[in-house]
Amino acid sequence: MKDELRSVTRRDFLKCLAKLAPAAALASSGLKLGTIFASEEPGGSEGEGHWYGMGIDLERCIGCGRCSEACKEENDVPREPYFFRTWVERYVVTVDREVSVDSPNGGIDGFPPPDIEEQHILRSFYVPKLCNQCARPPCVQVCPVGATFETRDGVVLVDEKYCIGCRYCIQACPYGARYLDPQTRVADKCTFCYHRITRGLRPACVEVCPNSARIFGEIRNANTPLWRFVRTNELQVLKPHLRTEPKVYYNSLDSEVR
Amino acid sequence: MPSQVKRLILLFGIAAAALVLVRFLLVPDSFGRYGHYRADAVDEVAGMEIRYAGHLLCQECHDDVDAVKSGSMHEAVSCEACHGPGNEHAEDPFENRLSAPRGRRRCAYCHSYNPSRPTGFPQIEPDEHGGEEPCITCHNPHQPEPLVGIEDCEACHTEIAKTKSKSHHLSLHCTTCHATQERHPGAPREMRPDKPRTRSFCGQCHGEDASSPETIPRVDMATHGEDYLCWQCHYPHFPEGRR
Amino acid sequence: MEELLRHLAEAQQQITGYIYPNEIELHWGLVIVLYPFITGLVAGAFILASLERVFNVKEVQPTYRLSLLTALAFLLVAPLPLLAHLGHPERAFEIFLTPHLQSAMAMFGFVYAWYLTVVLLLEVWFDYRRDIVVWSRTYRGWRRVLYSILSLGVVSTSEESLKFDERAGRFITIVGIPSAFLLHGYVGFIFGSVKANPWWSSVLMPIVFLFSAIVSGIALVLLIYMVSSWLRKHPIDMPCLDKLGQFLFYALILDVSLELLDFVHRLYEAEESIDILAQMVQSRLFTSRVVVQALMGTVVPLVVLAVVRALKPRELVRKVAYFGTGILILVAIFFMRWNVVLGGQLFSKSLRGLTVYKIGLAGAEGAVTAGILTLLPFVILIVLVRLLPPWSGKSGVREVGQQTHSS
Repeated sequence: MKDELRSVTRRDFLKCLAKLAPAAALASSGLKLGTIFASEEPGGSEGEGHWYGMGIDLERCIGCGRCSEACKEENDVPREPYFFRTWVERYVVTVDREVSVDSPNGGIDGFPPPDIEEQHILRSFYVPKLCNQCARPPCVQVCPVGATFETRDGVVLVDEKYCIGCRYCIQACPYGARYLDPQTRVADKCTFCYHRITRGLRPACVEVCPNSARIFGEIRNANTPLWRFVRTNELQVLKPHLRTEPKVYYNSLDSEVR
Repeated sequence: MPSQVKRLILLFGIAAAALVLVRFLLVPDSFGRYGHYRADAVDEVAGMEIRYAGHLLCQECHDDVDAVKSGSMHEAVSCEACHGPGNEHAEDPFENRLSAPRGRRRCAYCHSYNPSRPTGFPQIEPDEHGGEEPCITCHNPHQPEPLVGIEDCEACHTEIAKTKSKSHHLSLHCTTCHATQERHPGAPREMRPDKPRTRSFCGQCHGEDASSPETIPRVDMATHGEDYLCWQCHYPHFPEGRR
Repeated sequence: MEELLRHLAEAQQQITGYIYPNEIELHWGLVIVLYPFITGLVAGAFILASLERVFNVKEVQPTYRLSLLTALAFLLVAPLPLLAHLGHPERAFEIFLTPHLQSAMAMFGFVYAWYLTVVLLLEVWFDYRRDIVVWSRTYRGWRRVLYSILSLGVVSTSEESLKFDERAGRFITIVGIPSAFLLHGYVGFIFGSVKANPWWSSVLMPIVFLFSAIVSGIALVLLIYMVSSWLRKHPIDMPCLDKLGQFLFYALILDVSLELLDFVHRLYEAEESIDILAQMVQSRLFTSRVVVQALMGTVVPLVVLAVVRALKPRELVRKVAYFGTGILILVAIFFMRWNVVLGGQLFSKSLRGLTVYKIGLAGAEGAVTAGILTLLPFVILIVLVRLLPPWSGKSGVREVGQQTHSS
C-alpha cells in the first residue's frame, strides 16, 4: 500500500517534469539579459509617448559652468555651494598618472587655472554631472513612502508635499545627485526641468549651454537631437556596474570619471 | 477557545479596522493612479514657473539680432546664456529689461585660457589680451568672426601656442610644419591641416648637412634614434621637454 | 538654516581630495547611530530572555523578566531617533499609509508593529497576567484601575488558564526568536543593501548587526542585573552571572569572527573602493574603529572573559571583570554602529575624497537629543519595573506554570 502510494507520487512528479521541460526550453530561447542602457519604457504603450534622456558631448564641454548657474536660477536651488542639481567637474591627469578633480562652486564662477603646472598635465577635461534619471533608480527603490518616483515619461521626480525627509534616497544615489533642501526639508534633485520639457522647452542647462555640449531629447523619437547623438557616438554611462541604467549618456568618457 | 485569545483577537481586530479606516481617510486621492506615488505631484512639478524663456521666444521680437547671429560662430549660443533668464522680460518687455554684459568677466567664462578646455576652442589669456578694454570694443558678440585683430592660429590653438612660446621653436610659424588650407579656420574639423610624416622633414633643419643657422642642434640622421620617428621622442612644440 | 550653512562652510574647509558637492552635508548623524544601537539592544535582550524560556537555560532565570522589560523599554524608544531626524516628522505616519514594498525602510512599520505588539507586549502580558490579576485585586486607587485595564478584563486564574498562559508564552518566544533576528537583521539590511555605498554594501551586514546585537543585549542585561541587585541590596546570583558571562564570551567570539571575515574578504578582494576605505579607517575612523571598537571593545573583553573562564578567580574579581567588560562592550557596539553609519558617509561616492562629521549640540539631531534618547529607555525601564516588578520570587507565575506542568 505504502509502496503503491510512493510510486504514484513519483509518476506524478515525472509527469510534472515532462510538462515543465518544454516551458523551460521556451524560456531559455527567449533569454533576455539586462543591458547597460535603459531599454524598457516605464509608461509602455500606456505612457504619453515621451521617454526623455540627455546626451553629454564631453568633446564640446568647455567648462564655462553656465549650466550650473542657469539650473539654480530656473529651479530656485539654494545659492550656497552645497546644493546642486547639476555641476561641472574638472579632471586633471598628470604625467605621473595622478588624478585630481575639482568643482569650485559647481563651476558657476568658472574654473581658475589648475594648480598643476601645464607641463605636468597629461590630459585634462570637464565633465558635467546631473541626476542620471536612471531607468532602475535606486532612490525610488528605497523611498519608504512613495515620495520619489519615475513618471511615465521616465523622469525621476520628488513629491515635496509627501517626502518625509528620511534621506535614504540621498544615501542610495550612487551619483551624489540629491540633496536635502535646507528650506523645505525634503529631498530634491534635477527634474530634467520637467516644467519646461512638458511645455516643449529644453531644460535650462541645455538652453544656455553655449557650445551645444548638452543634448536633450527622447530616446525613442528619431526627431529629437538626442537620436542623432546616440546614433553617431560611442556611448558610456556612469557606474554601469551598478545596473542603474542611466538615461544620461556621455561620449568620450574617461575611465577616471566616477 | 481560552478567554485570553478571544480578548486579544477582539483587540487586534479593532486595531486592524482602525488602520484600514485611517488609511482610507488619509491616503491622498491620486495616490496609486499610475504607480506607487501621488499622481498629482507630477502636475505640481510640471506646473512650476519658468524663468528662461528659450531662444525661440526671443527670436519672435529680436529677429534682427537673430539674423546677425545665425551663421556666426555664436549661432548656437542662446540669448539667455549671456543676457540671463528672460521670461519676465518676455511677459513685460519694457518693465523688465535684461542687461547685456559689457565687462570682460562674462566672456572669460568661455574664452579665458584653461588647459582643460578642448583644444581648438578659441581662448585668450585675459591678462595679456587686449589690455583692459571690454571685449565688445573689438568683438561683436552677436557675430564674433571674422576675428578682429587676430589672424593667427593662436586664437584657437592657445594651448599649443603657449607651449611653443617657451620653446626654441618659438619663431617657427605653424604653417612651417603644418600645411593648412585657407578654409581651416571656418571648418576646423573638416579641413584638417597636414602634419610632417618623415624623419627627413626634421632633417631639413637638424640634419648634419642642413643649410640652417649653425646654432641649431644637429644630428646624424642616418644613425640618430635608429628607426624612430623624431616626434616619438621629441615633442615638436616643446622639443626641450622629454616626452 | 544659518547654523547649518555655517556648519557646512566649516566642513568644507576640512575636506580632503574631491567629494561631490552635495556630499558636504552629512545626512545620517548621531541619532541614526543610536537607532541601530537601540534596536540591537532590544533584539539582544529578547534573545537572552528566550534562552531561559525556549532553551531551558535555568541559570539565567533571574534575568528573564528583566530582559523582557529591558527589551520593551528600549523598543518603545527605538522609533524616536528616526522621528527626530526626519525632515518632516509630522508626515511619518505615511510609512504606515503607503509603505513602499520595495523599500527596506518601509518594512520598519511592519517589523516594528509585529515585534512590539505581537511579540513583546504579548509575551509580557502572558507572563505577567496572573500577577496583574492578583495586583488588580490587592492594590487600591489608581494602581487597581491600571492593573484592571492591563488585565484586559481576563480575570481567570484557574489552573487551566495559567497553563494556557505558559504555553502561549513559550509559543510566542519561539516565534519571537526569528522575529528578533528579523528586527535587527532588517536594520542591517537597510545599510547592507545600499549598492551605491561600498562601505555598507555587504551580505554579511545583517548578520554582523545581529550578532553584535546579541552581544550588546547580553552585556546590557548583565549590567542592569548587577546594578539593580546592588540597588535592591540583593545578593547577585553568581551562577546566573557566570552563565551570562559565558554567553557573552561565546557571542563575542561569533561576532568577532564575522567581522574578521568581512574585513579579510574586503581586503582580499581589494575592489575599486579599497584605497579610499583604507584611508578612511587610517585617518577619520582610526580612534573609533581601531582603538575603541577593535582594541578596547573587542580584544580586551575577549582576553578578560577568557581569563575569567580559565582561571575562575574569586567572586569579587569576577564581578568587576564582568562589569568592566560589559561597559567596554556596550561602548564598542555603540561605536560599531557609529563606524558603520558615519563611515559610510565620510568618504565620497566618487571614491576620491573624505569629509568630516561634527556633532551639533542643539537641534533635533544634536548631542542633547541623543543624550535624552539614550537615557529615556532607562527611565521607562524604571517605571516598568515599578509597575511590573520582575522579581516576584517564589509566588511568580513561572513557578506556578511549572508546577501545573509537572503535576
